[in-house]
Amino acid sequence: MLRYIVKRLLATIPVMGVVALFVFSLLYISPGDPAAVIAGDIATAEDIARIRAQLGLDQPYLVRFSGWMWALAHGDLGTSIFTNLPVSTLIAQRIEPTVALTLCTMIVAVGLAVPLGVLAAARAGGFIDRAVMAISVLGFSVPVFVIAYGLILLFAVQFDWLPVQGYRNLGEGFGPFIRHMILPSVALGIVYMALIARITRATMLDVLAQDYVRTATAKGLAPGTVLMRHALKNAAVPIVTIIGIGVALLIGGVVVTETVFAIPGLGRLTVDAILRRDYPIIQGVTLLFSAAYVLVNLVVDLSYSLFDPRIRY
Amino acid sequence: MAAVAIDLPKTASPTALRFKDALRRHPTAIAGAVVLLLMVLVAIAAPWLGTTDPLALAPIKRLRPPGAEYWFGTDMLGRDVYSRVLYGTRVSLTVGLAVAVLATVVGLAVGLVTGYLRWLDAIMMRVMDGLMSIPSVLLAIALISLTTASLKNVIVAITITEIPRVVRLVRSLVLTLREQPYVEAAVASGTRLPAILLRHILPNTMAPLLVQATYICASAMITEAILSFIGAGTPPNIPSWGNIMAEARSLIQVAGTILLFPGIFLSLTVLSVNLLGDGMRDALDPRLARRM
Repeated sequence: MLRYIVKRLLATIPVMGVVALFVFSLLYISPGDPAAVIAGDIATAEDIARIRAQLGLDQPYLVRFSGWMWALAHGDLGTSIFTNLPVSTLIAQRIEPTVALTLCTMIVAVGLAVPLGVLAAARAGGFIDRAVMAISVLGFSVPVFVIAYGLILLFAVQFDWLPVQGYRNLGEGFGPFIRHMILPSVALGIVYMALIARITRATMLDVLAQDYVRTATAKGLAPGTVLMRHALKNAAVPIVTIIGIGVALLIGGVVVTETVFAIPGLGRLTVDAILRRDYPIIQGVTLLFSAAYVLVNLVVDLSYSLFDPRIRY
Repeated sequence: MAAVAIDLPKTASPTALRFKDALRRHPTAIAGAVVLLLMVLVAIAAPWLGTTDPLALAPIKRLRPPGAEYWFGTDMLGRDVYSRVLYGTRVSLTVGLAVAVLATVVGLAVGLVTGYLRWLDAIMMRVMDGLMSIPSVLLAIALISLTTASLKNVIVAITITEIPRVVRLVRSLVLTLREQPYVEAAVASGTRLPAILLRHILPNTMAPLLVQATYICASAMITEAILSFIGAGTPPNIPSWGNIMAEARSLIQVAGTILLFPGIFLSLTVLSVNLLGDGMRDALDPRLARRM
């Protein structure tokens, strides 16, 4: 097992290498002069030259890349053009709300999607099944910010049950934290939920058609036991896989959700950076999110043996 | 000998029959096609549908609620939201179609070659793994932040994020197709590589690609709206659904309807494309249809 973990960790290095190389090279392959674009319309020639030097565009590609990778390996993500602060500091200041939002969303979405998918498959063609399928089609079609504004208009403006926007950290009390988290998590979670529920249903339908499920039912086990112990456990691997892959959807959605709900997280940092064309920040956040995605999927991979003892490393 | 006219009934090809059958069984796909067609008509006929100049400012008539004169109301600069939403249809459909076509063509070309050439395959797949690890919205943001805002750059950025998925699909198709006896026969009879790829492998990838292109179209429309919404997309002088919603962001408590209309149009359009895609997928793979 340990050997496998090490092997898989090493296997993520080329993937992350490609990510780093690509994100770095964007500065060089983008059409026009990125320094001029970043400097904006009213910049002087000195401004552009300063930004070019700061981005290292005045140095040869390979020299700059090796220097950048060396710094990256030491946790240095560069310096923000606008604030002159290290990008790693800015990220550290903003990471907590994003982690809180992502975790809340995952709990809500997985907690609802898996039972719904199981129920839909158990009563295929029934009311729950149709409702789950309808929700999953809608989830893929209604963009996260449209859902978010729909929820805000209904629950915050119309009924005044929940706050329109804002963020309270856990230190300010569990009640306020949850009240501010409900709408963002639900809005962000719907696509993710749709994805997981759909795969859960499809996998469960396959498993429920297996002989051993019929045997379990025939020998008189309670339907719940058959469903949970015999079927769901065997359907776990594809479900866990999609939970990992779906994190990419969550990350994209976080940027938008934080903008809608004015949550001061990494997404908000990115959006502010777009308006100021602060490329080092965008670069840093993109690298961090990509690394998070790769790591989550590594953990998913390793968890397979937990659900299916036949998978041994 | 008199010519005997045999009046053969015109039989549709099996694929067309399966298509018709699936559409009958999937009324949602037809509904999707109808809505999409309506949207296309709206996009083309926008100037003649009772719209005014979507950019015309009228500061005196700011924030009018929806009514007889302004069907969807006016925004904070007094622009007619109905006209802006209708013209916004053009942006979404253009981006959706352009990205679907571009990503499919480029992905197909890369996928065909990498799927067939083993030595290239290993390298390209690592590259695609890397690209797919970058969440697509962030990749698009990074690309856009280095270029000037224009519809063309938005299309290019979204296309780049969609290409790896197409490459993956085409590659997996090619990997199974290349083992088919007819490909082996072509190789044995000395057919050159380009001919094998174009004449023997390409035609068999078309059906699944068409379905994939539909989903790419839907996803591109959502990404464009997201990018425009966070200020990294279509420039503000072109009304797009994401732009309209971005500008109305601060008005949520006062004039929520400005957010509502573009939101509904966007969701409806994406939904119609998705329903069409689901219908086609079921038509092409009846086995999958029963499951999903």
